[in-house]
Amino acid sequence: MTAVVVEALLKSAVLLFVLLTATAYEVLLERKLLGRFQVRYGPNRVGPWGLLQPLADGIKLLTKEDFAPAGADRVVYVAAPVLLMTVALFVYAVIPFGPEVELFGRRVTLYLADVNTALLLVLGASSLGVYGLILGGWSSNSKYSLLGGLRSSAQVISYELSLALAVLAVVLEAGSLSLVRIVQAQEQGWFVLRQPVAFLVFFLSALAETNRAPFDLPEAEQELVAGYQTEYGGFKFVMFYIAEYLAMITQGALAATLFLGGWHGPLLPPVVWFVLKVLLFVVVLIWIRATVPRVRYDQLMGLGWKVLIPVALLNLLVSAVLLL
Amino acid sequence: MEVFLFAVGAALSLAGGLGVVAARQPVHSALSLLVVLGSLAILYLTLAAEFLAVLQVIVYAGAIVVLFLFVIMLLHTRTPESRPSRVGGQWALAVPLGLALWAGLSAAVWGLPGARRDLPQGFGTTESVGRELFGKFLLPFEVASLLLLVGIVAAVVLGSSPTTPAGPRPGGGDQA
Repeated sequence: MTAVVVEALLKSAVLLFVLLTATAYEVLLERKLLGRFQVRYGPNRVGPWGLLQPLADGIKLLTKEDFAPAGADRVVYVAAPVLLMTVALFVYAVIPFGPEVELFGRRVTLYLADVNTALLLVLGASSLGVYGLILGGWSSNSKYSLLGGLRSSAQVISYELSLALAVLAVVLEAGSLSLVRIVQAQEQGWFVLRQPVAFLVFFLSALAETNRAPFDLPEAEQELVAGYQTEYGGFKFVMFYIAEYLAMITQGALAATLFLGGWHGPLLPPVVWFVLKVLLFVVVLIWIRATVPRVRYDQLMGLGWKVLIPVALLNLLVSAVLLL
Repeated sequence: MEVFLFAVGAALSLAGGLGVVAARQPVHSALSLLVVLGSLAILYLTLAAEFLAVLQVIVYAGAIVVLFLFVIMLLHTRTPESRPSRVGGQWALAVPLGLALWAGLSAAVWGLPGARRDLPQGFGTTESVGRELFGKFLLPFEVASLLLLVGIVAAVVLGSSPTTPAGPRPGGGDQA
């Protein structure tokens, strides 16, 4: 019992460190790549190639004044980013990074928990993330924040449906909700080959779920300043940002796990394959941000409700019939 | 461990329930309700009903309370709550009725066979719940879905404005 608890604690600590470092450097990666896409250098002053930039940014933000706007609902105002970040981190309890390995003479699994409702847990956690957005927008006592919060929560709720429907097709293929079992089922062939339509719907929904361009309506600068996080600064702003960039990694990890074979791949060790797939997904998201202009709000809602959900439903129906 | 989890879940749900009633700000009430529903999920977990626990979070916490919050935010501009409490006279009835409900529930629980039974293999997993739902309880399940469909149709009918005939409105609908 104690050994299990100690192992879980150690794994969680390592996971937290890796994830938070990864998000910090993801921001740097995005700034670097965006710079290159726009024919400029991106950050290159702090450390070699700007590698210490995330550290400098972090220290700057942490030492800022901790303020709240006048008339803000203090408790909710602080709780919103905390909730959002907690929920974003929670997902990693069930995401498998690799199979069992031998470490210090012990069999260690490269995931925290293999529960038989893992996929539902992931979906549930992402549906709780909405509270961070909506409450952050509401408690700031600012019309831009409120409108941004309402927009992003409407967007996230809508696209959660198509995301879940797309993912259900994978569940049908694997016959299990456990992410470990889903990865194991892809040893012979990745599900992206068997479920290309589901992958497409998943990809577009993931793009909208993470509030990324071209679906970054909540932060449309010209209309809403910065959406639900307009009134946030310092550490609370950092938490929002960590959650946002973590969500990109999470969607990458989900795409890798559900469609791209998880840790499976030739030659390289399993964990390396997993990380490569996630990295690829994240780079594609950044690439899209640099390429595609923002869509209009009604176009976004129309795409979600009138195209993606019917397509996902039809795909689910056809897969079910074929599998039977 | 189980007792500890139960104590946490029970205390949280009671605190949340009190919060729902006591909070003056509707948003705070909705958040307290969220605490209640979340702690109920913990209680489901202690009962080895993990599928139900996750569904509780997805459906109630993830969808229904979000809708509550939406409605509150759209309808209720934040005003300083200065109006007097309107539940003053209801205390007299609420206390005995609440006590009666508590007594009834306690009697029902007291009457249950107390012995602990070992759970069958796979109890509370997605598979076993699915088998029960689509086997033994197929008819009620389908009837419930029909009922929900009727509700959706009714909402659409009520929601569409009476002046415009059926069909998409120009401009592509409302903003959020």
